[in-house]
Amino acid sequence: MTATDTGFRLVDRFEQGLDAPICLTWELTYACNLACVHCLSSSGRRDPRELTTDECKALIDEFERMQIFYVNIGGGEPTIRSDFWELVDYATEHHVGVKFSTNGSRISDEVAARLAASDYVDVQLSLDGATAAVNDSVRGNGSFATAVTAMERLAAAGFAGFKLSVVVTRHNVGQLDEFKVLADRYGAQLRLTRLRPAGRGADVWDELHPTADQQRVLYDWLVARGEDVLTGDSFFHLAAYGDALPGLNLCGAGRVVCLVDPVGDVYACPFAIHDEFLAGNVRGGGFTSVWRGSDLFLELRAPQSAGACTSCGHFDACRGGCMAAKFFTGLPLDGPDPECVLGHGEHALDARGDVDTPRPSPDHSARPRRVPVALTPARRPDRRCDESPLAGTGPAVRTG
Amino acid sequence: MPPTTTDAAYDPARPWTLHPQVSLRPESFGALAYHFGTRRLSFLKSRTLMTVVESLADQPSGLDACRAAGVTDEELEGYEAALATLARTGMICERAA
Repeated sequence: MTATDTGFRLVDRFEQGLDAPICLTWELTYACNLACVHCLSSSGRRDPRELTTDECKALIDEFERMQIFYVNIGGGEPTIRSDFWELVDYATEHHVGVKFSTNGSRISDEVAARLAASDYVDVQLSLDGATAAVNDSVRGNGSFATAVTAMERLAAAGFAGFKLSVVVTRHNVGQLDEFKVLADRYGAQLRLTRLRPAGRGADVWDELHPTADQQRVLYDWLVARGEDVLTGDSFFHLAAYGDALPGLNLCGAGRVVCLVDPVGDVYACPFAIHDEFLAGNVRGGGFTSVWRGSDLFLELRAPQSAGACTSCGHFDACRGGCMAAKFFTGLPLDGPDPECVLGHGEHALDARGDVDTPRPSPDHSARPRRVPVALTPARRPDRRCDESPLAGTGPAVRTG
Repeated sequence: MPPTTTDAAYDPARPWTLHPQVSLRPESFGALAYHFGTRRLSFLKSRTLMTVVESLADQPSGLDACRAAGVTDEELEGYEAALATLARTGMICERAA
């Protein structure tokens, strides 16, 4: 315990919401030079209504007043915004740390040197394959080489500990050890996150999400790695296998997590860009009033029904899984996650049949949707890491 | 930038302070502590612990900070364990007496 144990579980308090988010994702623009097949925000084209520089600065002022320690900036490709560095500087000057996600295309030697010199800016490079073949089939031709060049530049500039962020798919789950080697080579920290059927991801989820066997391999691998590998707390549905993974094991949507999108819309989480999860807009009464008073967020912080999971002995571990994953696969929100490790999700999907699943909204895709290139079947990674038991999960968590 | 932790063992008789790169945010359950250098987040599960941590810099020792915040003899062990964890993760650090 970081504090004396006063007889309550933090997870219960978090489910009731906090005065300000712990983890706030802020997508600065829908513009992107890539067109990843699984893009959560269906990015491509800039939205003409995107927040102006002054509006962004006013929002940062509000984050400072709320003592939001840091924001996760994403997009689109956030560095495309001409005022990107101005906003990063403004945030850090106002005690709001920045971690930004990028495909690496704008990490020049000069930018790398500048990033290495800052204590308050962290970088998260996206890569979805440990080889060009696997990565580029999802992220587009040349994107592997671009990301590797960016990692070389960051390492050469002396930026240690930047994040190499991977969305785990059916095709790259066999490369976990290779990702770790790649991250270690450049002094980066590996971060694995869950593929969500959100945005364009809804179109490819069926064929890209890990199989049940692969999920087990992933879980064992993560347990063996402990806090050495970050997960953005995104695999809490796997906790039903046994031990919880390090981090917060709950759905934080609207409770400790939220998303501000490029036009100022506030959604419950980055994986839930849909009217159903829209809490309000910062252009009205500001972010604080949305966070503290929106009907949607208050509802999410009220006690939730476990629904079909009520009788499951593992509910306390997985908390029913990911709300967005259920929603975009057409499953009831008070039932099992589509990737429930006990197989209840598969049964629910079978029972659901062919229904029209909710369409992500809005869509900023630039080009017609691409179908991912078929790859060779994923191979099972060896399981030599299995013998390490999970270290005790302390209350201090690595963010991200 | 790279995580840096001072691996100092917590000694309640020594003078301590909140690390200059750490911010505290009060919450209903206690407080959140965030270290901008290590990017580590910790949860302080009581307001009293937050008071202790905030007052470390003004007290001659960790023990004095606990006493001044009203920590009882029965509670002391738990608070010292919490402070030891905070010391190990670099959230608090020793200062010159």
